[in-house]
Amino acid sequence: MLSVRGLSVSVGGRDILRPLSLEVCEGEWLMLAGPNGAGKTTLLRAISGALPYRGGAFFEGRDLRGMNPRQRARAMALLSQRQETGYAFTAEEVIRLGRYAHASPLSGRDREGERAVLEAARLCGVENLMRQSILTLSGGELQRVFLAQVFAQDPRLLLLDEPANHLDLKYLAQIFDLISRWVRSGRRAVISVVHDLSLTRRYADTAALLREGRLLIKAPAAEALSAGMLEEAYGMDVQGYMRGLLSAWQQG
Amino acid sequence: MTASTRIPARSGREGFSPAQHLLFLLAALLCLGLCVSLGSVSVPPAQLAQALSHALWGTPPAPGAAQTIITAVRLPRALSAALVGASLSLCGAAMQGLLRNPLAEGSTMGVSAGATLGAVLSIVFGLSVPGLGRMGPMGMAMLFAFLSLFTVLTLAWRLDASFSTGTIVLIGVIFSMFVSAFISLAVTFSGPKLRTVTFWTMGSLSGAGYADALTLLAALLPCAAALLMSARELNAFAVGEDNAAAIGVNVRAVRLRVMIAVSVLIGVCVSLGGTIGFVGLVTPHMARLIVGPNHRKLLPASLYAGAIFLMLTDLAARTLLSPVELPLGVVTSLIGAAVFLILFARSRRAERC
Repeated sequence: MLSVRGLSVSVGGRDILRPLSLEVCEGEWLMLAGPNGAGKTTLLRAISGALPYRGGAFFEGRDLRGMNPRQRARAMALLSQRQETGYAFTAEEVIRLGRYAHASPLSGRDREGERAVLEAARLCGVENLMRQSILTLSGGELQRVFLAQVFAQDPRLLLLDEPANHLDLKYLAQIFDLISRWVRSGRRAVISVVHDLSLTRRYADTAALLREGRLLIKAPAAEALSAGMLEEAYGMDVQGYMRGLLSAWQQG
Repeated sequence: MTASTRIPARSGREGFSPAQHLLFLLAALLCLGLCVSLGSVSVPPAQLAQALSHALWGTPPAPGAAQTIITAVRLPRALSAALVGASLSLCGAAMQGLLRNPLAEGSTMGVSAGATLGAVLSIVFGLSVPGLGRMGPMGMAMLFAFLSLFTVLTLAWRLDASFSTGTIVLIGVIFSMFVSAFISLAVTFSGPKLRTVTFWTMGSLSGAGYADALTLLAALLPCAAALLMSARELNAFAVGEDNAAAIGVNVRAVRLRVMIAVSVLIGVCVSLGGTIGFVGLVTPHMARLIVGPNHRKLLPASLYAGAIFLMLTDLAARTLLSPVELPLGVVTSLIGAAVFLILFARSRRAERC
């Protein structure tokens, strides 16, 4: 579905991302992992079109540079790492923005719009917040409102930058189960940045490890997150540390 | 069975309803009526109706000076005030949405100052935009308004790509001071044209005629259409520019369209009425309190609110200390500075928590 070929990003003469290539297939949930500053967000933003890049990125064979903003928004949606708020828009207005690329450019008509907005709100558990100003929402509520926006956008490829941000455990499980079902229904795929490697092991089909702007490996999650690869990416015994965390629970 | 069947569709309610249009239009007409009847000579409603009827249908004129005062002096002036107010207010609302910044406005961002410089250069040195020679000051004001907006936004983007409230206002102020220096310089060379030049820097609509009102209307119609049709895009910008790009808004095209419309409107307003500051700050803020931040309501509400505000302010300017007439720009700045302070304090508080 998505094919990245020799994509690299440099800002102000500094290479943020070295040329890298990877493929994402239909039904695949790819998680990007690696230490801070590895280039995970940069890769996601480059694919979404928010950052200029060298090399190529193709959606079902079409060069992303050749797609206009509306076409791209129907193909892929991006959930940013931090959600901006300025004015007192209601949650419903924010979610409805996700329908922008589906509505008629002139009249704004969108036959599926109302249903898609309500369905997305229900899935993300924000249907009770619809009339509330986004300025009054908690971090987790705001995160779920913007998640509902990307679901309302009904893309084929979902780009999620730290979707777990601010979510309490209940919603974390609910949203990740939701994404897991979503990616398997229809011809869809997800690329996400997630810091909690346990979530990667539990939910990801494939994982890509990055370090200092280089792609170390992109493989099925269990293989990519092997003790050796993690040691190379993070410079510490990640698996040992994770087991230590778990054992804290086993003491009862 | 599901939520979708129980909750009624609401997208229709997002826009400005015909009833709201009617309400705001009536309020604006009421203010227009006040503006033409009040002043150094008060005209009773009966004579007002007679005078309007004479102007429109050629029935017998109103007695005495009333006819002339109303149709030749007050009506064109009030109409000009309404159109300038509507234009500046719409520009303010659009810029505040585009930049996600409640303090953005022609005068706080240096656009009005730039337009004034353009007009002054045209008057003093006879410069004009190639191809728009006959329009003289107006063409130059529009061009300089656009260049100012472009410069301020580029500078702000270079220094702080997040377009934070503080950065934009700071750069706008610095740019205004820089431009004011050039205005003063032009004034020192203006010689016999000094009186005309000072007019631009003060802001006034005294002496505005029907030709001015028509020019304003000709600029407002296409620009307002362009801005009102960008309401959904402005909503996206007001939530966040990154978000706007992610949902499929062509951010460059929309930004350029809004900048051009705003520059044309501010350019025309400045070339006819001089610098009338802070209108675009005060009225969109009031409109936002009434109809909320959604631009599909906010833009039309700001349009009407601006017209009403500037008609009333102009009325105050010419009646408060009668027979002395206060410059309109002075009155709007007095009100605007207070509102600016309140808004700034509030946005700083919001940033801190």
